[in-house]
Amino acid sequence: MRPARQIILAAARTATAAERDRSGVKPWPWLLSLPGLAVAVGILLPLSYLLTTAIQGANGELGDILLRPKTLQALLNTFGLCAAVLASTTLLAMPAAWLVTRSNLPLKWAWSILLVLPLAVPGYLMAYTLLSVGGSYGVSVRLLEIEAPRLTGFTGSLVSLTLYNFPYMFITLRSGFLRIDPSLQEAARCLGDGPWRAFFRAELPQLWPAFLAGALLVVLHVLGDFGVVSLMRFETLSVLLYGSLAFEQTYAAWVAILMLLVAGVFVGGEVLLLRRRRYDRVTPGTARLLDPAKLGWLRWPVVLLLIVFLFFAVGLPAFSSAYWCTQPTLGFVTRDWGASTAASLKICVPAAIIATAIALTMGLMTQRFPGWRSRAIERLSYAGYATPGLALGLAMVGVALWADEWLVEAGDTLIYQSLGLVVFAYTLHFLAEAIGPVRTGLLQAGVRMEEAARSLGRGPISAFFAITFPLLRNGLAASMALVFLSAIKELPLVMLLRPANYDTLAYNLWDLSNENLYAEAAPFALTILGVSAVFVGVLIWCERQAKSRKMQG
Amino acid sequence: MKSVCRTLAVLLAFGLTSVLGNVAIAEEITVYSGRSKSFMDHLFNAFEKDTGIKVNRVYDKTAAVALKLKTEGDRSPADVVLAQDAGALGALSDAGLLAPLPDALIAQVNPDYVSEEGDWVATSLRGRTLAYSSARVDEKDLPASVYDLTDPKYKDRVGFAPANASFQAFITAMRVTEGEAKTKQWLLDMIANGVKSFPKNTAIIQGIAAGEIDFGLPNHYYLIRFKTSDSKFPVEQTSFAQGDIGNMVNVAGAGVLKSSKNAEAAQKLVEYLLSYKGQSYFAGQIFEYPVVDGVIAHRQHGDVDAKLDNAPDVDLDAISDLPGTLELLREVGLL
Repeated sequence: MRPARQIILAAARTATAAERDRSGVKPWPWLLSLPGLAVAVGILLPLSYLLTTAIQGANGELGDILLRPKTLQALLNTFGLCAAVLASTTLLAMPAAWLVTRSNLPLKWAWSILLVLPLAVPGYLMAYTLLSVGGSYGVSVRLLEIEAPRLTGFTGSLVSLTLYNFPYMFITLRSGFLRIDPSLQEAARCLGDGPWRAFFRAELPQLWPAFLAGALLVVLHVLGDFGVVSLMRFETLSVLLYGSLAFEQTYAAWVAILMLLVAGVFVGGEVLLLRRRRYDRVTPGTARLLDPAKLGWLRWPVVLLLIVFLFFAVGLPAFSSAYWCTQPTLGFVTRDWGASTAASLKICVPAAIIATAIALTMGLMTQRFPGWRSRAIERLSYAGYATPGLALGLAMVGVALWADEWLVEAGDTLIYQSLGLVVFAYTLHFLAEAIGPVRTGLLQAGVRMEEAARSLGRGPISAFFAITFPLLRNGLAASMALVFLSAIKELPLVMLLRPANYDTLAYNLWDLSNENLYAEAAPFALTILGVSAVFVGVLIWCERQAKSRKMQG
Repeated sequence: MKSVCRTLAVLLAFGLTSVLGNVAIAEEITVYSGRSKSFMDHLFNAFEKDTGIKVNRVYDKTAAVALKLKTEGDRSPADVVLAQDAGALGALSDAGLLAPLPDALIAQVNPDYVSEEGDWVATSLRGRTLAYSSARVDEKDLPASVYDLTDPKYKDRVGFAPANASFQAFITAMRVTEGEAKTKQWLLDMIANGVKSFPKNTAIIQGIAAGEIDFGLPNHYYLIRFKTSDSKFPVEQTSFAQGDIGNMVNVAGAGVLKSSKNAEAAQKLVEYLLSYKGQSYFAGQIFEYPVVDGVIAHRQHGDVDAKLDNAPDVDLDAISDLPGTLELLREVGLL
């Protein structure tokens, strides 16, 4: 009896020792954390540089700069637009997410895919569509002889941004609905609530975290948007920043800081609202599948509404771009489609690869070396995502010029206006999107098999590539696709950082629409649509693959 | 393992080619152009083909280009600057950033259109004009002066482009010839009368066609572009009464930066803009007025001399106070 007890105790002691060894005593992996640290420096340096130049430039006249009626108006416009887009995306996405998860809508899986497609239509492309379709000389008059309203200003921005941001809200709410434990709703019904009351009292509160995640994505995108509001001529902070850039740089720096503060308020708000709540299942056992709600005769009007929505969000932009493609252009406006596509690829492909590689090192770090250091580095990568593009671009221009002063002799530039700088900025801005899929992949792969390979004599790198990497391929592909999809649509960063001859597809489309040269803009619009659609397809495929693998497992 | 290595190798190769792809061998210059890409790309391409010199292009608003060059100072990668406004070039010249141009080059141009220091030349002329909707405006309702646009008759019907360099040059000219107070009052009255701000001249014209506004204050050559590709385009344009500041004629011009490391090639580009080929492009394709004798303006213009006679007397060297104009536009809330 006694020896047996001793053996058990000894085994327990070694087990805790091994545990401790895995988390704490293991030396911090400097080499592995290097990319993450570079990202942290890459995001903190420009932002602090922005702050110092802004403070120096203000010369104590800060009140005079910030309290201009124009600044306050732009601030109000920005908040107003964020709130309006948030409200309208919620009103659209909530019923749509409910329909594809909880009802007996025909072809639910197809709708789940189709409703993500608006991701392929960037906001400025939607704005370009709305502007070129309406009015007394637009597509609708030319083709149908009916004058459609030409939306501009607030309404135009609202419609474009709502259609574009809808999928972010839809995706998060859909997974929110899928995760809700149906027993709560059943309990509410048992206690005498009607179906509506049960929905609002028992289910809706469960959606809160998903809603907040989607809401944060939407407001950050609206805050960072430049293409839509500039084309629609609605003066938000980003329009103000870009406009003052040419004339008054200190002011532009302060507007950028204001944008950062607003982003900070949004992020902080989300954290505060999520605190101290419990959403996970406390009781043991798995959640039961809920019987879908019967739509009855309502299903056909619902399907019709969904089709109408998709027509406006995807069909109209595709159709109108195709129409303008057939229209005569002004002969001398030469835009090199090939060069522009090449420019987009030269920026987006490296950015997608580098971001995914960094995300991989960061995922390994947080998985295998948990602690405050890896947490801090990961948080900072989210800061890069939350920083509005124009503010990030402006800060990076400043740092690049400052660094060139140290690095090369006068009259030369190394970093400023280089391809490397644009790629780096894109990487910083979109890194957060790459982290999710890679981390999921790592968690699913686990560390045991790799440890087994190590114990059989493989070195750390060889073991990783032999065991974990093949399991990660889906996640890596999804990460790359996500970053690439965002990068190909990116406008504000490329406006401020692009080197000579690097006019990307997005830039050309925006620039030509800004001159109202719709026929000239059409090929660029179609290219962005096509490429984005392909990558949305890749993402959906990755997701389905992961799902079927899970089912096999 | 093998397939992993292959995947990595392919990715690496792709990354490398995309980074190294832009290493250039041939002679090249960098142009900061305040004139839009739609106008200049074609000409730069022709220059590349004729001379073998590669032209790196950076497009931005004229005022932004000027500010950028001032910030970059002697570190600027630019060799040539193109501006669509004498004011910006004057400001760069005042800041000592422009190198004197060779006499042979200056001699080609009408002396009215060369800067006093000889460090920039005009490459083409453009007039301010009044564009209006042929569908919704009766000809007898056309104003005789730009000052008439503050009349209630035009409430919410007029558009202009305050961020545009040509508009800013027009405001500078107004300040020089008519005085600060009168200019400021005109801007305030226009705002009170519901004037709409557009980002660019083309957007004004399209705004008129789309029914958003009925009148606009663009440069003269934009509408001609629309008309040549679509003769039914529902917009017309006209001049104000003779000598009205609204008829002001401005220049687009070019200069070579002192910091240029390839001044010879840079001068070749300026020379190209003044050559028969370049001038014919400005006159025949963009529909501006040429600055070199012997180049014929486009027939769409009618009598160019008469138009130039209609213009008010403005000394182009005197309108270099772009900062003052920007300050005024900011003060009234247009920028």
